[in-house]
Amino acid sequence: MATHDEIEIEVLRYHPETDSEPSYRTYRVPFAHETSVLQGLQYIKDRLDGSLTFRWSCRMAICGSCGMMINGVPNLTCSAFLREYHPGKLRIEPLAHLPIERDLAVDQTDFLEKLASIQPYIIPAESKAVDEGPFTQTPAQRERFYQYSECINCLLCYAACPQYGLDSGFLGPAALALLHRYNSDSRDVGKADRMPIVNAQEGVWACTLVGYCSEVCPKGVDPASAVNRNKVISTLDYFFRFMAPRGASE
Amino acid sequence: MAVRRPYVRPMAGWWRRNPFYIFYMLREATSVFVALYALQLLYGLYTLAVGEAAFDAWLVSLRHPLFLVFHGVALAAALLHAFTWFNVAPKAMPVLYLGSHRVADRTLVWAQYLIFAVISVAILGVVLGG
Amino acid sequence: MPKRSNEPVFWALFGAGGVVAAFVLPALIVVTGLAAPLGLPSPGVLSYERVSAFAASLPGAAFLFVVISLSLWHGFHRIYHSLHELGVHRGLSVVRVLCYGTALAGTALTAYLLVTAI
Repeated sequence: MATHDEIEIEVLRYHPETDSEPSYRTYRVPFAHETSVLQGLQYIKDRLDGSLTFRWSCRMAICGSCGMMINGVPNLTCSAFLREYHPGKLRIEPLAHLPIERDLAVDQTDFLEKLASIQPYIIPAESKAVDEGPFTQTPAQRERFYQYSECINCLLCYAACPQYGLDSGFLGPAALALLHRYNSDSRDVGKADRMPIVNAQEGVWACTLVGYCSEVCPKGVDPASAVNRNKVISTLDYFFRFMAPRGASE
Repeated sequence: MAVRRPYVRPMAGWWRRNPFYIFYMLREATSVFVALYALQLLYGLYTLAVGEAAFDAWLVSLRHPLFLVFHGVALAAALLHAFTWFNVAPKAMPVLYLGSHRVADRTLVWAQYLIFAVISVAILGVVLGG
Repeated sequence: MPKRSNEPVFWALFGAGGVVAAFVLPALIVVTGLAAPLGLPSPGVLSYERVSAFAASLPGAAFLFVVISLSLWHGFHRIYHSLHELGVHRGLSVVRVLCYGTALAGTALTAYLLVTAI
């Protein structure tokens, strides 16, 4: 790379075999105009300290693997550039609110279990054989859920959500956004199955609309709106559950 | 096989870690003034029931500089509450459609500012003007 | 199956109170907290006769009831959640009883005072 300057990168390190708690290590990394923060970490791993652990894959903000805290802000390290922080320095930490597995890699188990629990797939009224053709919908019907389907499971919103940090029982922004995405899909009839999850304290009711989840989302998803629209849906369900057939309230 | 010992970081002082959280806590703190002002109004209502002398004494007590400062801060808090409330309200409202056209969040926010202006002018006009 | 939360009851009151507080409180604070004590634009803005007549009218009583009680529910709901965020644990605690108890007692007292005034 055509280097023109150096920047200091402070990295939170944690090796469970030897460290009782995480601590910072500082590295000096040369960078060019186009060097991403992820490439800075790769420079450290390749040239300075091969024991540094972090996740990455696509380098183009679509796989959702390289989310970390950069100077306290959740971000995809592949779409942030070292030049943006120069002449200051960077402090890179694993995504906040999630357990640290090793160095910059967090334990994603809790989220993956929550994601599975919301049944993140279309539950059709009647199953169809492939040769019967696809389930169709109009552009207007698609518009009702489309932005929520842009989620790439990068967990930046969990790192942004203090309620999840305070109580990891909370289902959290992305899982609720995806739950709303399927409940809002005209081809899906799984809403009645998913409503008990929404209605629980650990569902929408742990949220206080901090709103930072929507702020940090790299794909323009607005999880805060999914969660808070479902507070209204859950409230109607609470008061009118005896009047309407189960799951009928919109 | 590496040892697994996931490290959970403490949350103490979390709201001081990010300007966004500090502003959030400021927003939540407006509730203290909303509640205190409501209690203050309730006390005024109580003196009204007791009689004219008690009510007039309450009115006189409101002239105390500490009460004036309190109401000044309460006004700032109520305005911050209104501003933040109107801004996030579209996130909780069901999506509105005019025909097939989705009403933009910005339109909903401005509609609330307009209603706010009308109500405020009406209250100030009726009480202070009449 | 996860347990259904009773939060919709409190959230509905919080939300209604938030709307009322946002639209009404700034102007009301100017009137009762600043203009009246400072005698602006003239003394007697909140005279006993005027306020009694207002509280004794049905629209006036309804206005006062809605503003006072919903502001209390709004305020104490948020205070309760903020205390949780500052480390006070959720659940049926003393804090919870104090917060929602004050809102409930305030609502009852407001209703009593207004009903006896009409």
